[in-house]
Order: sequence, then structure tokens, then C-alpha cells
Amino acid sequence: MPEPASDLTPPGAPPALTLVTDAAEGLAVESRGQFRLALERFAHHRLAVAGLVVFLLLVLLSTIGPVFWQYSYSAITDQFATGPSAQHPFGTDLIGHDLFAQVMEAEATSVKTAALVALIATTVGTVIGALAGYYGKLADVLLMRFTDLILAVPLLAVLLVLANKLSKQAGSWFWIALILGLLLWTTLARQVRGAFLSLREREFIEAEHAIGASDRRIIFRHLIPNAIGPIVVSATLTVALALLIEAVLSFLGLGIQPPEVSLGSLINSGQDAATSLPWLFFFPSGFLVITILSINFIGDGLRDALDPTQRAHR
Amino acid sequence: MWTYLLRRVLAGLVVLLVLSFGVFILVSLSGNPLAALQANPGISRATIAAAAAQLHLNEPLVDRYWGWLYGLLHGSFGVSYTGQPVGSQIAQRLLVTVKLVVPAVILSVLIGVVVGVISAVRQYKPVDHVSTGLAYLFFSTPVFVLGLLLKDFLAVDVNRAVGHTVLFTVGENTPGITGTWNVFVNGVQHAVLPVLTLTLVTYATWSRFQRAAMLDVLNADYIRLARAKGLSPRRVLFVHALRNALIPVVTVVAIDFAALIGGAVVTEIVFSWNGMGQYLFNGLTGAESPDVYAVSGWLIVAGTAVVVFNILADLLYGLLDPRIRNA
Repeated sequence: MPEPASDLTPPGAPPALTLVTDAAEGLAVESRGQFRLALERFAHHRLAVAGLVVFLLLVLLSTIGPVFWQYSYSAITDQFATGPSAQHPFGTDLIGHDLFAQVMEAEATSVKTAALVALIATTVGTVIGALAGYYGKLADVLLMRFTDLILAVPLLAVLLVLANKLSKQAGSWFWIALILGLLLWTTLARQVRGAFLSLREREFIEAEHAIGASDRRIIFRHLIPNAIGPIVVSATLTVALALLIEAVLSFLGLGIQPPEVSLGSLINSGQDAATSLPWLFFFPSGFLVITILSINFIGDGLRDALDPTQRAHR
Repeated sequence: MWTYLLRRVLAGLVVLLVLSFGVFILVSLSGNPLAALQANPGISRATIAAAAAQLHLNEPLVDRYWGWLYGLLHGSFGVSYTGQPVGSQIAQRLLVTVKLVVPAVILSVLIGVVVGVISAVRQYKPVDHVSTGLAYLFFSTPVFVLGLLLKDFLAVDVNRAVGHTVLFTVGENTPGITGTWNVFVNGVQHAVLPVLTLTLVTYATWSRFQRAAMLDVLNADYIRLARAKGLSPRRVLFVHALRNALIPVVTVVAIDFAALIGGAVVTEIVFSWNGMGQYLFNGLTGAESPDVYAVSGWLIVAGTAVVVFNILADLLYGLLDPRIRNA
């Protein structure tokens, strides 16, 4: 039930406050209390909120920034290897690209890739973990042996082989995201399976069975919402991990390929001139580290908010 | 105990067998090692055919795998596409990687445990905030960024300040140096930066594990009991708490260490160390890639390390925790 606005708004409050309570009320309608509580716990985690703000600003800059910025990331200006100036705030590279435009584009590519990795990995991990945990028996044995096998695969070797092959194709960010997504779901699958194994023995699930609820309803309406904490936390941390791995692959020349740029590939092309043209190294590296750091803080806050049993583990 | 060990070893062998088959096939199919030869108009068809025959490329894949496995069981890793025996190459590479990884792991364990314990005991105090901030910074920094930072900026500044090269940034030693002491000093000078790089990223994760484990233990009832009995804080901390808080960390350290035996690929590449990681990277992306025999040899050594250290971790676990030993 939505709470009446008058309960939340102190009498004579300025209009600005009313706006805030309106927003809060909007949330209260959607949520069933748990969501609101989690939101409050998250808001108490100062570093997580700071991480969220920084991350949103970076996303905003990298998506909207290029629209307003005078140079395109692929445009070649007549200034080569100039240091930061008013015209080129991050300087230019050896062939005259404006580094600010390139960093914005690279940030967008890196975040986009990492988000797709997290989406794929979370979906695959949740589905496999859910099927194994809910149906048990043969399904469990088969799916978990499969998970073990993927887990035992030397991630690096497979990544190098596949990335070497696929990165040469058009739209390389998509292929890189696909490979990473299909390899990084194993930890989550095990967590979801574990959660489902214990949840499905609980009385409320038994009650659902007794009133004749379908498997689909039990899984989607009851089990997944109860396991949502680890799923969301794992999705966030997968974004951070994917950013790191994509950066490494691109740094080795096996990830995002030209004309696309990612933060890793920018650092790779800047490293040879790192001592003489330090801005080519520091700006992309700084953006990469700040992005990963902000996501790690968000993940930390989400863990505190959604998974209170792990509270002390900050 | 012995049946358990035997079962684990057998399971490990099966995993290695399945993986080596998968990797052999995958790597073989991933590219054409003769591409460079074929692209060169100056090389005759007969030469290419001879090269193909020498690399067994005309035989069916499964036969090639079988031939490799037969060789392996008779103590030979085969010959890589570059013409060198894989066994002796890997032995050299492994030595280089060990020189990098072992000091880094020892340092990381020491720093990680000390920082984690202090952080947990002084939870939410300034020292905890600082160590937490640093840990987050280090595991959010890609290894190559840290490595390049040390290599292109710290090393240059230090060498300039001293007036001659004290920190080397390329390779694992300088060729042509003689005398045991000189070789040792030279090796250390080359190792400082890569070991530091690897230590910083590794300790960060381990210190978080140590802190979490220590907090779990410190909040346990038996610690309160130990304090209530009037034991000295030092005894409670080191004998009752730390011993138990080390258990989860042992597993993490063992598994991470095993993975590093396969090579700290990025660190090795940034500092041009010819270790295991560099070997794998070259085998998969170098001129003669994909070099199936080199990669398969790498897999056997790296995979064996993972299997062995997993078993060791479980045995150590039992040693530290009697409940598991008896189960």
C-alpha cells in the first residue's frame, strides 16, 4: 500500500522536499519493503554511493560527451603528440587523434563490453545453477560436472586462442564479450545451485507445491527472488572482472581491434611513448582504474545491502 | 587417508587427460602453423609439403594426439614447431617463472596475513581504512598498468637519482655476467620490479581474505570464552584466533600459487621475462602459432601444478582443522 504523502511530508515543508518524498513514495509502491530496506542500507555505504555517482558520471560522459565534443575519436587533427591544452584537454597521440575523444569512446566500448559479459555470465550462471539446484539428481550431476570442466579449463589459454581468432572479425567488442561471458559464469552457477538446494527444502516452497504451483512459478516467483542478493552482487563484480580481462586482452593486442578503441588498447598504443608522452599512458589508465574501482565499491555496497549475512566482510 | 589421496590423484589424472585432449584439438583447429610459409612466394610447394609432413599435419587429428600422448607417456614432450624439444624449453621457462613467482608469493603471504590481521583487529579504525583503500586500489589496477608505472616511471627516476642502472626493466638477467655473486646481484636487480608488481596485486586479494576470516573468528563464541577465562590478549589472538583464521587463506594461497606456476603472463610480458606465461603466449600467437606441442606441454606442467596444489591444500586443511581430518 502506498503511504499517504502527508505522513512523509512535514507540515510547511518547502516544495523541494515534496519532490524528494514523491520519489520515495514512488519506490515504496513498487517495493515490498525489502527493496526499500536494501536501498537504505546501500545509501549508508558512503563509498558505494560515491562509486555509483562516479560510475554514472563516467557513463554519462562517454555516451553524451562525444555528441558535444568537437572532435570525433577517429578524426585526425593536424596536431601530433601535443600535451594537454585547452583545445585538446588530454593532448593528442602520435598520429593526431584527440585523446579526450578517444578516451570517451574507449570508456564507452569498455563499459559496454563488460556490461554484456555480466549479462551473459549472469544469465547462464543463474539458469544452470537454478536447473541443477531445483531439479537435482541427474540434472544436477550433469550440469555440475559440466561446470567443473569449464572451471578446470585454463581460462587464459582458451581466451588467447579464441580471442586471437575472433578479435579479427568486425564488431570485435561483441565477440570478446561473448567469449568472456561464456567462460565467467561458473562461480555464480555454484552459488545459485547452493542457494536453491537449501531454499527448495523450506516450508514455503513445500506449501507452493501443495497448492499445485508450477515449477516455473516456484523458480521465478519464489526461488530467484530469494537468491537475488548473490546474483546481483556477482553480476556487479563480473563487470569489474570483465573490464580487467578485456583490458588485458586488448593490451596484448588480442582484444578490441582498430578502428574500435578500448581503454586497454589505448594504453597498449600509448605504452611505447609512455616516458616521453606520459598523457597517452596516464589518461586511459586513470579512467580504467577509476571505473573498476567505482564498480568494486558498488559491488561492496550491494553485498552489504542485499546479503546482510556477509556484512562483516567489507 | 591413503585411499583418499589415491582417489584424488586418479581424478586429477583423468581431468588432465580430458583437458589435454580438448586443448590439443582446439589449438590445432585454431589456426594454420604453415600460413607464413604458404604466404611466402619464394618457398616451393615441396618445402611446404615437407614441413607439413614433419609436423604430422597430414595425419588425422586424433592420431596426432595419440602420437603426442604416446611420446608423453614415454617421457618426451615432443618437438615444438620451432624445432626445439619442448621438455627442455619448459624446464628453462619454469625456472624463470619460479624465480618470479616464489618470492612474490612469499612476500604476498607475509604482507597479506599481517595486513589482514591488523585490519581485522583494528576494524573501522584509521589503519583499517587505509589498508582497505590500498587493497581496493591494487585489485582495481590492471597488472600491466602497475607494471608500466613501475617500469617507465619509478625505475627511470630511481636509476637517474642513483646515477647508474640499479633497477633493470627488461629480461630476467644480463647475458655475459660471470661470478656467482655478480649473477645473483644482477638477478635480484632484474627481479625487484616484476616481483613488486606481482606482490602488490596478489597481497591485496589475500589480505581481504585474511581480514574476513579473522573477523569471523574474532566474533566467535570460543574467542569470547578464551578472553573470559582471562587468557592474555596475545595468546587469544595468535593461538586461538589466528590459527583458525589461517585455514581459509591456505586454500586461496595454494590455488592462486598453482595458477601462477602456469605463468604470470602479463607481468612476464611487461618485463620481458622468458617464463611459462610468455611461452604459452608465444605458442598461441607467435610466428609459428598455433604451436600445439608447446601449448600441450605447457598445459601438462601448469595443469599438474593445479592438481597437485589442490590436493596439498586439502591435506593442509586437514592438518590445520582436525574436524576435517576425522571426517
